[in-house]
Amino acid sequence: MKLTLNVWRQTGPTAPGKMVRYEMPDVNPDMSFLEMLDVLNEGLIQKGDSPIVFEHDCREGICGSCGFMIDGKAHGGFPKTTVCQLHMRHYKDGDELFLEPWRATAFPIVKDLMVNRSAFDRIIQAGGFISVPTGSAVDGNAIAIPKSNSDRAMDAAQCIGCGACVASCPNASASLFTGAKIAHLNLLPQGQPEKLDRALHMVTTMNEEMFGSCTNLRECEATCPKGISIENIAIMNRHFVEASFAHRPTASEAGAG
Amino acid sequence: MATAVVPKSKIQQSLALYQSSIGKKYVVAITGALLFAFTVGHMLGNLQIYLPNAEEALISYAKLLRTSMEVLWVIRIGLLTAFVLHIVTIAQLYNLNRSARPQAYVKKTPTVSTFASRTMYVSGPILFFFVLYHIAHLTIGNVHPNYQEMNPYRNLVWGFRQPLAAGFYIVAMSMLGAHLTHGVWSMFQSVGFNHPRYTPLIRSFATTAAAVISLGNISIPVCVLLGIIGKDVV
Ligand code: HEM
Ligand code: FES
Repeated sequence: MKLTLNVWRQTGPTAPGKMVRYEMPDVNPDMSFLEMLDVLNEGLIQKGDSPIVFEHDCREGICGSCGFMIDGKAHGGFPKTTVCQLHMRHYKDGDELFLEPWRATAFPIVKDLMVNRSAFDRIIQAGGFISVPTGSAVDGNAIAIPKSNSDRAMDAAQCIGCGACVASCPNASASLFTGAKIAHLNLLPQGQPEKLDRALHMVTTMNEEMFGSCTNLRECEATCPKGISIENIAIMNRHFVEASFAHRPTASEAGAG
Repeated sequence: MATAVVPKSKIQQSLALYQSSIGKKYVVAITGALLFAFTVGHMLGNLQIYLPNAEEALISYAKLLRTSMEVLWVIRIGLLTAFVLHIVTIAQLYNLNRSARPQAYVKKTPTVSTFASRTMYVSGPILFFFVLYHIAHLTIGNVHPNYQEMNPYRNLVWGFRQPLAAGFYIVAMSMLGAHLTHGVWSMFQSVGFNHPRYTPLIRSFATTAAAVISLGNISIPVCVLLGIIGKDVV
């Protein structure tokens, strides 16, 4: 089948970018979207042009590396599908597609369709962990966890950090990501000792990274390749406000450390 | 917003809460809830125009509201504070969201978000201008063609016989309907209430309440224009 692609080309973080048109005369419907771009890139390399840069690794929807906007929808907008899991059979002969990188102040463009998502790593560093004593592992069954809590925590834990929530949000908010990461640990007994600090620090970092504010549009939930629910955002909001009221400065924060 | 800090003192703690995007959403939601409650009460008051002796009913309602001017002013100032806080906080969040994505997408396709939810920044500002006009029109009366002190019934009828004024009320109340369709469920989510059992009910409640408030109010200028209300006013 024949496709026309309009791809955002930008040589570096501060360079101006623009849409460039590519004709693909013979796309195999069995190819994945990334394989289709591989074919396009082969052609560009043969012509001596620079290939389109896009991020990818596992190509099976688990690593969270891939992702860009297809026709204004993150990962193409198919339910629970990353762009590496998307196949060309979903498109028709003669389609014209627009490919753009995630756009957010917090996600500076590295090149073409690739953005720097280190802001997510800094949110995780702020509290997306639990502190456990070293030594032999505790017996898995020793801690009782209500089934519904473990289910909800596992659902939240599915987040692969791809950034589609930020990209699809008209406000470039990272609430779904941060909410999922907070809820994932805060719903489990292992997360309790650091529950409030986690909410406080991760939300504060999210704000410092210049992500936007949630207006409950639900675009993130709809485009999340893991189907993460905005219920996690509600959990984050509750725990953050609870933490803001309950917080006591620790010795190190108070400057005595 | 970029200056949000981990709080060290009580004051800083409250400031940090207000500086955070989530704290601001609580302010928008709580002030929005007050304004929503007001619109419900206001609409019920307005609907007394359908009572058999509407003129009398509305005059005694106006007197009832003025039983104690002190109490009335406390309520007015409370509502004004909520109104101002709602708008100022939204303006701050709007700026934050603008700077969070300075470069727009060449192509962006909404998926599940409703039209009402994407146009909160259109319906809101129209409501702001409407409120200013509405107070000048029917409370102060300085932009009214034939204002009579303490006679809401006649003021409504005379006011809405002007098609432009009636039209603006109809547009503004449609905007209120849109604003509340999203706002009333959104405020629950913003304050952290989301539950698979209740959230669908809250969404239906929001849509229903918004439709009732909007249509209930719109019916009044429409009935005046059609001559159904105000036959007795010449
Ligand atoms: C009659 C007056 C008003 C009422 C009853 C009202 C009600 C509400 C409610 C209940 C919310 C939801 C709060 C939340 O989810 O956090 C809301 C949000 C909002 N309001 Fe209003 N509002 C009014 C006036 C205004 C005005 C004058 C503006 C214009 C600046 C405005 C702009 C907004 C915006 C932009 C939101 C955020 C939407 C969101 O959170 O998704 N509102 N309003
Ligand atoms: S490449 Fe790993 S999720 Fe797509």
